[in-house]
Amino acid sequence: MDTTVVKTSAENKRWGGGTEPLKTSYGKMMMWFFITSDALTFAGFLAAYGFSRFKFADSWPIADNVFTHVPFIHGNYPMIFVAFMTFILIMSSVTMVLAVDAGHHKNKAKVTLYMFLTIIGGLVFVGSQAYEWTTFIKGTYGAVATKGGNILHIMDADGHQVALKDFAIAQDSDRERHESRTGLWFTSEKALPSYTFDEVLAGFKANPDLVVRTTYTAGDGHKTMLSRSESLRELETKGKNVVEGANLRQNEYGSPLFANYFFFITGFHGFHVSIGILLNIIIFFNVLLGTYERRGSYEMVEKVGLYWHFVDLVWVFVFTFFYLV
Amino acid sequence: MAADAHKLAIFRGLVKFKSNTQKIWGVLIFLSIITAIEVLLGIYKPEIFNAQVLGMKALNWIFIILTIVKAYYITWDFMHMRDEMASFRRMVVWTGVFLISYLIFIILQEGGYVESVFANGFVKTDF
Repeated sequence: MDTTVVKTSAENKRWGGGTEPLKTSYGKMMMWFFITSDALTFAGFLAAYGFSRFKFADSWPIADNVFTHVPFIHGNYPMIFVAFMTFILIMSSVTMVLAVDAGHHKNKAKVTLYMFLTIIGGLVFVGSQAYEWTTFIKGTYGAVATKGGNILHIMDADGHQVALKDFAIAQDSDRERHESRTGLWFTSEKALPSYTFDEVLAGFKANPDLVVRTTYTAGDGHKTMLSRSESLRELETKGKNVVEGANLRQNEYGSPLFANYFFFITGFHGFHVSIGILLNIIIFFNVLLGTYERRGSYEMVEKVGLYWHFVDLVWVFVFTFFYLV
Repeated sequence: MAADAHKLAIFRGLVKFKSNTQKIWGVLIFLSIITAIEVLLGIYKPEIFNAQVLGMKALNWIFIILTIVKAYYITWDFMHMRDEMASFRRMVVWTGVFLISYLIFIILQEGGYVESVFANGFVKTDF
């Protein structure tokens, strides 16, 4: 039949013959689809975090009480350091998009410079996250855990939290760390906290201006403070052990789940950043070697750029849900 | 993509840039302002935003909306979604938005229910 349209072979080869479906190259489209699926993974993690937070709505730690450290400076500065981290990541996103733009203009020198700056930004971010983890794991003040697993913070009369080492009074104790060489060779335990619960309790009784801050949030968004007599009763009837720092089992800032999610989600994000840095370094050297100059297109920079921006995008959400909300 | 194929207007044409590089710096300034607002609100937590709106503090809604605004500009201008074909853009964005909204709805609903069991049921946690 003459009316049947005969397709030429070039039209059938969608990506091979010069046409591009949706005007996007194959590699870029697949990077976008990967990003969509990775976004779903992160959404799953953050939604799980939201689940636990809704579940323990009245006892979840307040981020402003947890992340208060700034390197080289002593004192209580919530938000400042993480705002710096956010800014670093946005800045490295900007240098990345400038590198992509320079690639469009086939300007090798500028692509090199901007890729280099992007890598530096990524390294600063990962370093900052390492600092954040270190201070979180080490802990600041120490706390008392109750038999039910709640965390009690010790506060002074001005409403500042007090470190256990500042008031605990040494007591006789037979409790020693169990090591495998002193008992059953197949059991051992982690280092004991610096103070026993009895030492903290004795110190608390000796300082009449100390009170307890409970794990429960009041209507005004702050944790409930107890009076002196309530504090004493709370410690004597419910107190069980001392918690210092945070790990997967216990967390001096509040619910252990908070620490678990913090390690898991920021860890997974940090892993993405590290992979991004690695990819950026590979692309950086390819640019230096002139690979894309010879290929006639800097599209690889664009594809890696998409991944790098995605990492920034995820951090924007992590920042909101861990530090702000 | 040709070097000059970028759409250079943001805010629905309110601000137009002369070149793509200029647009990048413009968007950076915008994102920095939003981050600064978030950080200031996060540090001072003004009392007036403590009111409950749709089951959450008004302040939390402000944070979430500002975050989505930031995500929009990162995706549209840094990842050049603005320059892609509408069909491709919808394929990527709507899929994610639909699935993530559904996931969040169903999981937070369940979280709220479990919380009510803890609060109203015979479960003792404070001892």
